[in-house]
Amino acid sequence: MRCGYQLAKQPTAPSDLPLALTVAAAVIFILANASPLMDLSVVGRTATTTIAGGAYQMWLQGEEITGVLVAFCAVIAPGGYLLFMLTLQIAARRSPAPYWVGEMLRWVNHFQVWSMLEVMLLGILVALIKIAELATVEPGTGMFCVGALVLLIPAIAVNFDERHLWQRVEWVDGETPPLLPEPIATQAPR
Amino acid sequence: MTTAAVTAAQVGLVSCESCQLLSRPASATDPGFCRRCGEQLEWRRHASIETTWALVIAAAICYIPANALPVLNTTTLGSSEGDTILGGVVFLYTSGSWPLALVVLIASVMIPLGKLVALIYLMVTVQRGSIKSNHERTRLYRMVEFIGRWSMLDVFVDTFTVALVQLQPLMSVAPGAGVLFFAAVVVLTMLAAESFDPRMLWDATSPYPTRHG
Repeated sequence: MRCGYQLAKQPTAPSDLPLALTVAAAVIFILANASPLMDLSVVGRTATTTIAGGAYQMWLQGEEITGVLVAFCAVIAPGGYLLFMLTLQIAARRSPAPYWVGEMLRWVNHFQVWSMLEVMLLGILVALIKIAELATVEPGTGMFCVGALVLLIPAIAVNFDERHLWQRVEWVDGETPPLLPEPIATQAPR
Repeated sequence: MTTAAVTAAQVGLVSCESCQLLSRPASATDPGFCRRCGEQLEWRRHASIETTWALVIAAAICYIPANALPVLNTTTLGSSEGDTILGGVVFLYTSGSWPLALVVLIASVMIPLGKLVALIYLMVTVQRGSIKSNHERTRLYRMVEFIGRWSMLDVFVDTFTVALVQLQPLMSVAPGAGVLFFAAVVVLTMLAAESFDPRMLWDATSPYPTRHG
């Protein structure tokens, strides 16, 4: 009051921060996949690769299963995680949230287990150091994007309140949630 | 050991594994489906012991070729040589980066082996109805679940080495048969940790209405 300094401000709505982080992560994720991870040069010859390129090379060299696994852990799982998180957070702004938000939430948890960007980043670094013995290696834009994602994705997970969302999701039986007494489970799936 | 808290199972309630909603089961033998998210309700994960054993044994079998077969084949001007996982560690160590050698050694050799031993230990103690050191065993399970993904490290190292070093005819690197087995070990142990139901660790301490499986 005396000096006109703002004493306290309304905290931002708790659901906006994870959404903002998800949007940022989604943009960076696209960049990370589109730009080269690193360039290698040896006596005038250069080679470059992207994340998907690594998996594809593995496929070409006869290790199809490993290639698919790498693509899944490095591209599909984190991509699916971000896409579903984005969709469900936008959909959850409606109240009550539509029931398929719950279905998506379940998928998100599966994707999260198999999304291994941080492991991949360390793996790339080890590979870089191994190759650095033989050739000059330059980290590319994709590398820095992956680094940013490794920080952003856990930040989403920390700020995202799953329990709170479940409380707002519309039930599969179409009724509005009575919290007590405990509901009786149905005999057949819906 | 006695605990004052009452578990949901003791008062005849079952918690949904997806959304954690506590429900009164449709019947004692077949709990039915969650009203909120539609997931099938279970007292304990279905056939948890059998599935986990199957996956652990499969992973243990794959562990041998994963370490014995080369993961990378390097061709330099006509001459070709294979590199196993341990060979990669030795290479990193001798080329002066021992911290990285240690990281790879832990992630690719010790974590998979440790996971297999830990899962077998947990399964054996659950089946014998052990009630000793429950807290420690629960912590061990959480560690297995958390740390498992890091053994994928070597798969990524190999992938990006292969992807980059394609400088024919000068030098090229191709994946070896070991990579597939190694990836199989990682995936199988991760699936095993997922199919193991940690609630079983506590079943021997409290009276529990239905049987495992």
